[in-house]
Amino acid sequence: MMRTSPDILDAIRAHGQTAYPEECCGFLLGHATAENNHVVAVAPVENRQSENRERRYTITPEDYHAADCRARRQSLDIVGFYHSHPDHPARPSATDLAEATFPGYTYVIVSIRDGHPADLTAWSLAADRSRFNAEAIDLLPATIPTP
Amino acid sequence: MTTSYQTQSSTPIHIPTPLRKFTGGHATIGAQGDTVGDALDDLTQQFPVLKQHLYNDEGVLRSFVNVYRNDEDIRYLDGENTPLAVTDTLSIVPSIAGGCLD
Repeated sequence: MMRTSPDILDAIRAHGQTAYPEECCGFLLGHATAENNHVVAVAPVENRQSENRERRYTITPEDYHAADCRARRQSLDIVGFYHSHPDHPARPSATDLAEATFPGYTYVIVSIRDGHPADLTAWSLAADRSRFNAEAIDLLPATIPTP
Repeated sequence: MTTSYQTQSSTPIHIPTPLRKFTGGHATIGAQGDTVGDALDDLTQQFPVLKQHLYNDEGVLRSFVNVYRNDEDIRYLDGENTPLAVTDTLSIVPSIAGGCLD
């Protein structure tokens, strides 16, 4: 389960809206427990896909490593990622599954319809890597400011 | 909470958040070895379940798994033969991709 606050989700929606018609992407920062990934901040990152950014996104290992070092200095961990699906549903595609990394990360997808945020969903990769499972979003009332 | 487990003269390996459930919750694990490959071997001997997450069925690092020696991707050094000095640290770094294209 993903635990977070409404302002975090709003920041993801706003990034998706700004990047439209291209896909946006970023990191979910916080703390992992046995029960959930608690997201207290997001860190937008440039979509490094060289072409077809309307349908694909890429976060390079260089960007991950830099974000991880920054997060650690704030005593935070990278607990997942987010990206947008411009004019597509907020559910994982075959590409999302083929490119998935380690089970345990939370993957948030926000659908942007005609430039406006629509559905926002959370997913986690099954332990056998065969599919994404929907992850509940437990909303908390407050969090620390997004850096 | 970030914790670590390492011994003297071992190389600290930073573990991605989801894999810490397999390392007793430790964010950093100390591994022995003169090269990156040796240190990764030691890591997976200490925590055998990590192997299936880091390596594919052919025993090759999964395509999305990258390893950094300090701030350098070993892909641009000498791969798993990259030597380790006593002050070096390693990080397991995933590359992330996807999108709505089916």
